Amino acid sequence: MSDTLAGAPPRAAIAIPELTAWQALRTNRNWLGFWFMLPAIAFLVLFLVYPLGLGMWLSFTDAKIGSAGKFVGLDNYEWIIGDSKFQGAVFNTLFYTFVASVIKFAVGLYLALLLNENMPFKALIRALILIPFIVPTVLSAIAFWWIYDPTFSIVSWSLRKMGWISGNINFLGDAWNSRWSVIFANVWRGVPFIAITLLAGLQTVSPSLYEAATLDGATRWQNFRHITYPLLTPIIAVVMTFSVLFTFTDFQLIKVLTNGGPAGATELMATMSYNTAILGGRIGEGAAISTAMVPFLLGAIMISWFGLQRRKWQSGENNE
Amino acid sequence: MASVDIRDVRKSFGTTQIIKGVSVPISDGEFVVLVGPSGCGKSTLLRMVAGLENITGGTISIGDRIVNNVHPKERDIAMVFQNYALYPHMTVGDNMGFSLKLRNTDKALINERVQKAAGILGLQSLLERFPRQLSGGQRQRVAMGRAIVRDPQVFLFDEPLSNLDAKLRVAMRTEIKELHQRLKTTTVYVTHDQIEAMTMADKIVVMHDGIVEQMGAPLDLYDRPQNQFVAGFIGSPAMNFLTGTVTANGTAGVQMANGAHLPLAKAPAASEGRPVVYGIRPEHMELGGDGPGVEAEVVVIEPTGSETQLVARVGGQDIVAIFRERHQLTPGQKIKLRPRADVAHLFDKETGKRL
Repeated sequence: MSDTLAGAPPRAAIAIPELTAWQALRTNRNWLGFWFMLPAIAFLVLFLVYPLGLGMWLSFTDAKIGSAGKFVGLDNYEWIIGDSKFQGAVFNTLFYTFVASVIKFAVGLYLALLLNENMPFKALIRALILIPFIVPTVLSAIAFWWIYDPTFSIVSWSLRKMGWISGNINFLGDAWNSRWSVIFANVWRGVPFIAITLLAGLQTVSPSLYEAATLDGATRWQNFRHITYPLLTPIIAVVMTFSVLFTFTDFQLIKVLTNGGPAGATELMATMSYNTAILGGRIGEGAAISTAMVPFLLGAIMISWFGLQRRKWQSGENNE
Repeated sequence: MASVDIRDVRKSFGTTQIIKGVSVPISDGEFVVLVGPSGCGKSTLLRMVAGLENITGGTISIGDRIVNNVHPKERDIAMVFQNYALYPHMTVGDNMGFSLKLRNTDKALINERVQKAAGILGLQSLLERFPRQLSGGQRQRVAMGRAIVRDPQVFLFDEPLSNLDAKLRVAMRTEIKELHQRLKTTTVYVTHDQIEAMTMADKIVVMHDGIVEQMGAPLDLYDRPQNQFVAGFIGSPAMNFLTGTVTANGTAGVQMANGAHLPLAKAPAASEGRPVVYGIRPEHMELGGDGPGVEAEVVVIEPTGSETQLVARVGGQDIVAIFRERHQLTPGQKIKLRPRADVAHLFDKETGKRL
């Protein structure tokens, strides 16, 4: 290198004028990046950080509707922890989330595998599957409300006509009946999201892998067990995180179907928070209930975050 | 190891016939290359042998057993795919041992056979890696390792080298051939690259539009192509084709429309005035001198070091010639090219059949 440069005349030093601080702010690439991020940051602060912060602050006050309240420390939390209604809501929320998510995953995976097969009218069937997801939740909740009606339920009517039952089923009037009923409605609404997402994941698996495994002697079950499932785990982690978060914070379905009833049997943390803060006017207490959801949600996110971490086989780095 | 017999095999997708009655006998331990342009049905035929495609008509036997309705995993074959089809979530070792694991083979035995295959292919140091961490050539070797571990009756290769760069392709070609000489497992190899076919095969099957154009030893196909398609397909650069009519009286040869005379060792019987295609390979032409030949104009000279490749224009048509000597030629220069009569090929203009 130095040989080739030796003959070249020394380059004349060009005087680079010093930038003023303001010019640097306008032209420096790092600052430029910051300017471009500013609108997004403003958006996030306004619609995410501020409400979340306000909610947390309120949970430490005795705010009521009409009064700003004053700081009361952990009083609200001490109160709700001892409250049997709150304990019930925590149980209901965990039960609802766990059972609904497990069923949604099982049914969603089954549907995705089914839809991944070659069949006539494939595109049409895939579109139909999405319908429960497209219909506004409130609308489908009202439909389920009719389906579960104590007098006019089509399910009760059909079963009676077939002679399987003698009287109408009290879907939403009995504690466990209502729990299973809202879970069913939630599953109905949540399955398409999982099925379509997993289907998208399935389609990224190269068919030649299945061919290779078939030649290697794999049965259909072994194909699923050793090829499909391991390759699908990253997508499963993502989709189930979302599903758990959505289910845990579910509000609309419960609000319309049971409003937490009967006697708090389907009261979730989200509906209880709303009922306490907005309908009951005890804003501080309601805020404490919703803030209490955060540790649970963080826990769910952590689990999937570790599950989601790029597996060694996905990354291209050497493992030495 | 086993022989494979493909007998009058047909394949249709709906009303479209892809393979129109193909028969290929493959003896035990033979290395057979199916070659042809894309869409000729060679890959489909291989997949039918593997059992990945249904057979519409005819029979395929492996050993003494007709396997038309035998499930792929019962056929005892191993296949190397074009994209390698390595399981991305398994290490190299697990990839290679997967077939044995599915058969509940003892762990120690799996390990022993994987080690042995890895030794043959030089993969010992890579057994713990994932496919993502390997180069193209290493992945290719793992795919072969997966096949070797099985110790199958037949190896099937589906364009295994087409994802590699040119240099690696040549190296892997040698490796596969060496591997076959060592293991002596019956092999069916599909490629569109006639060089691969020529260099590796015991027997080449040239396919075109779902039929076998010609089958035979590489040099037989090269020296005596049965029709114009095979003549043009085998050999690189391709054989030159010049049209004309036979002159049997006097000096045997082919008279071109522009008056040039192309020499023949011997004119086919009773063929005076017959319209034909005269085929001559690039390396079978000489420059200048006396005797019959064609006037040509130099278009491009491509020296490769070991030889000189010349593109010349004859009667509006480009022909290619290769010389061992380093001729000094300039574009536009008028030259005379003399085809060697003893190695010229003659094809019927209508049917393309060899005369």
